[in-house]
Amino acid sequence: MNRLIKTSLLAATMLSGLASVVHAEDATLTIESWRNDDLAIWKDKIIPAFEAKHPGIKINFTPMAPTEYNAALNAKLASGTAGDLISCRPFDASLELYNKGFLTDLSSLDGMGNFSPVAKSAWQTDDGKATFCVPMASVIHGFIYNKDAFDKLGLKPPKTEEEFFKVLDAIKKDGNYIPMAMGTKDLWEAATMGYQNIGPNYWHGEDGRKALIAGKEKLTDPQWVAPFKEIAKWKPYLGDGFEAQSYPDSQNLFTLGRAAIYPAGSWEISGFNTQAQFKMGAFRPPVAKDGDACYISDHTDIGMGMNAKTKYPEAAKTFLAWVASPEFAEIYANALPGFFSLNSTAVEMKDPLAQEFVSWRKDCKSTIRSTYQILSRGTPNLENETWTESANVINGTDTPEKAAEKLQKGLDGWYKPAK
Amino acid sequence: MQGEQMESDVAIPRRQPIRWHIAVFLAPAVVIYTAIMILPLGGTLFLSFYKEVQGVEVFVGLDNFRTLFGNERWAADFWNALKNNVIFFIIHMLVQNPIGVALAALLSIPKLRFAGFYRTAIFLPTLLSFVIVGFIWKLILSPIWGVTPYLLSLVDLKFLFAPWLGKPGSALIAVSLISVWQYVGIPMMLIYAALLNIPDEVLEAAECDGITGWSQFWKIKLPLILPSIGIISILTFVGNFNAFDLIYTVQGALAGPDGSTDILGTLLYRTFFGFQLQLGDRTMGATIATVMFLIILAGVSLYLFGIQRRMRRYQF
Amino acid sequence: MANARISRTRLAFVHVALIVYMIIALFPVVLTIMNSFKTRNDIFRSPLTPPLPSTFSLTGYHTVLGQGDFIGYFENSLIVTVASIFCVLLFGAMAAFALSEYRFRGNLLMGLYLALGIMIPIRLGTIGILQEMVALNLVNTLVSLVLVYTAQGLPLAVFILSEFMRTVSDDLKSAGRIDGLSEYAIFFRLVLPLVRPAMATVAVFTMIPIWNDLWFPLILAPGEKTKTVTLGAQTFIGQFVTDWNAVLAALSLAIFPVLVLYVLFSRQLIRGITAGAVK
Repeated sequence: MNRLIKTSLLAATMLSGLASVVHAEDATLTIESWRNDDLAIWKDKIIPAFEAKHPGIKINFTPMAPTEYNAALNAKLASGTAGDLISCRPFDASLELYNKGFLTDLSSLDGMGNFSPVAKSAWQTDDGKATFCVPMASVIHGFIYNKDAFDKLGLKPPKTEEEFFKVLDAIKKDGNYIPMAMGTKDLWEAATMGYQNIGPNYWHGEDGRKALIAGKEKLTDPQWVAPFKEIAKWKPYLGDGFEAQSYPDSQNLFTLGRAAIYPAGSWEISGFNTQAQFKMGAFRPPVAKDGDACYISDHTDIGMGMNAKTKYPEAAKTFLAWVASPEFAEIYANALPGFFSLNSTAVEMKDPLAQEFVSWRKDCKSTIRSTYQILSRGTPNLENETWTESANVINGTDTPEKAAEKLQKGLDGWYKPAK
Repeated sequence: MQGEQMESDVAIPRRQPIRWHIAVFLAPAVVIYTAIMILPLGGTLFLSFYKEVQGVEVFVGLDNFRTLFGNERWAADFWNALKNNVIFFIIHMLVQNPIGVALAALLSIPKLRFAGFYRTAIFLPTLLSFVIVGFIWKLILSPIWGVTPYLLSLVDLKFLFAPWLGKPGSALIAVSLISVWQYVGIPMMLIYAALLNIPDEVLEAAECDGITGWSQFWKIKLPLILPSIGIISILTFVGNFNAFDLIYTVQGALAGPDGSTDILGTLLYRTFFGFQLQLGDRTMGATIATVMFLIILAGVSLYLFGIQRRMRRYQF
Repeated sequence: MANARISRTRLAFVHVALIVYMIIALFPVVLTIMNSFKTRNDIFRSPLTPPLPSTFSLTGYHTVLGQGDFIGYFENSLIVTVASIFCVLLFGAMAAFALSEYRFRGNLLMGLYLALGIMIPIRLGTIGILQEMVALNLVNTLVSLVLVYTAQGLPLAVFILSEFMRTVSDDLKSAGRIDGLSEYAIFFRLVLPLVRPAMATVAVFTMIPIWNDLWFPLILAPGEKTKTVTLGAQTFIGQFVTDWNAVLAALSLAIFPVLVLYVLFSRQLIRGITAGAVK
């Protein structure tokens, strides 16, 4: 008996020794990413799920600060020291990497069929012939509100603009809460949570965005100036010194219960869930009149591609095919509520706030941010200009008309739409 | 014959033997510096004469410079950054360096108690990373956190408070002062070292002549530390015209509000490395870098050839 | 005599001035460290009160320390910083001596050439540098960082040291030469000890940008084994930007090693400065 145990132990040791020999030849794939917020989720949930099924492949997630990502990644790719898998920013940043030969064409990858053309458009060549990143997630804009505060004041989430400002007035009059938590210091809050959040209702989502690219509409047209006029009206409802209020300030104001409404992107959900001590709800950008068609910004935000110089192209493709699978979509969407899967297979989400956001997709038409595709290719950069001008409009430095005029002038400086 | 030989002796001076030790002293520094710094940087600056056309770099001569100064947008951005940079520099010269000299003068008072403690404490901010400095000051000046308004209210000056970092009129001054706060230790230390270098005999001789206190500082010490003040001025100039880290951290890459804190460094980094949807434009970035380099080179040359040569130095 | 130099009231003014400035210098740092030990609500509600038993919390530190090998990062930073300072001081002083001591053709040009480096930010050469390091197979090693920081620190070191070396007495050096000392002996035995204050100053100036650099560690040595403490701390600042507990804890942890390092160095520094002053 004893001997038997010893023998089997020996055999087991030998086997495990063999196994480690095999492991030594394993492929270890390094992922480049700017999502350092997600480090724990990758380590604890996503990577173990993959490695359990594919014992020969090891994954190493190495994120860096978002502000450094593009520059650092470009330098590393240029000198061949970048990781095997590359997180892709949408549109031009990744397109440039593909055009320079840093990213592989993944059009024929298993699982690419799981994505709609719209989902893939952020990581395709202009002619749509090559897709070079697997779409991972999109983010939706709207407003998150403090349900406890709304209940206390007897308020209901607004549907129309008129109701929206009535609610803001009521909160302001009550005086216990700052009506809206948003600052203009970091500029992008004003542009992304303000202009791009409510804008699609005015320029009619994809219709307006495409007309702008085609040169049929101009930023000085009423439907493009209107969102500026709206956010200009937000000024009295923001907190004291909002000019110097930064993005984390806004988040803290809301999660500490000092502000009632937070113009949001859905990516906030997981952070807010752990930090806010009150119940939260969400409402979509208000429309002009009850019953108007509604549009939401459902923006393709993150994808993943393969370094053309990777030593393990097969292993990398295996991983990317898994990223394209419904299984990954399920894990990712639930681990990071607010990052919505782009997979055509519907994902069951457990988070109520995330469910609320994603439910808008049924009633409203989705669009992506107006400045992202093609229009930010030249100098001056339309997206950056929109940041500065949105902040200027709220601060009162520029009138909505003046801001729109500046943007259009900058765009005219280099962009000649195909006629 | 003899006369001829003497003449040729005069005409052809005896050649000195090659002084190998000079080469030995210079070699390690020159080799490392050339390989790691000059070659890569030179390669980058040369890009300012090129333009990327469909992934290939094409020689375009001075076209990029024409764009930078001729194109309405580029020129506006450039002059705005240069103007802000000059203001940034002036604030440093007027605030940072006098405070630094004053602190050094106080600290170098002989037998001053706690001098070491003061010196360490005052130098501490200089050691901090700009990431930390930027974050702390954003918090302190934040209207949300309320530290500054509260402190002002203690002295009944709360009405003075404004969201300084968010207003185009005050943001640049606020950021400059944060930078002064951080770097005041550098002039302080340099001047302190220079003041300690003044031999006691000189000061005692001055005292025998009845020159003490303030007049001693102005008449004896200041002339002796002038070379060091020259160094800190030129270091401030170079540092300020290369600065970008702090503004990047405090105000973001677009150096808002409305570009009011954009200096040459931030414009350069935004252009060269790109930002958000703006792709890095290495050739235009290199063009801006070249112009900055010329500005700084002009300043440093002015110092090296104009001022440093004329400055009187005292050997002890 | 020395005691009579300054009257008591004057001395009091001097102390007041220094204390006021010291408070300005230290206040933000103290505020950060103090609040890093408080609960999130109290950080926000009463930022200026020190942590009380009722508001004390170590949550921030738990979050941060649970996520990285901070001691390993600290070691890396220390190795890189000390090695770079050593190279900068040695090579820089040698070059400065050559420039300030000898008249030779191209002296001025060489001085200007070595000063070029402080006029262009070295980051612009990133791609070139990275390619060199790839060719030398030094990526993800601390050596690559030491090389870059040495190159980066040299111009300033040469600039400052040659200025100070001009103040070293010629008589002393002539006397050394008459005694038959070689040029190397004159440099190492006579000149170097005399410029110690300047060397100490340069050491501190060199240390600051190296210790605080984010960029080159990110590009040249981002691996877990070669990560520096600033890069480590940056990850946390980016990661928990809303979680003020963790942010303030990460900031405090990043300040702490600098403090320790400076207190250690500062002894040397002051000894260096005073050694030069004693005549």
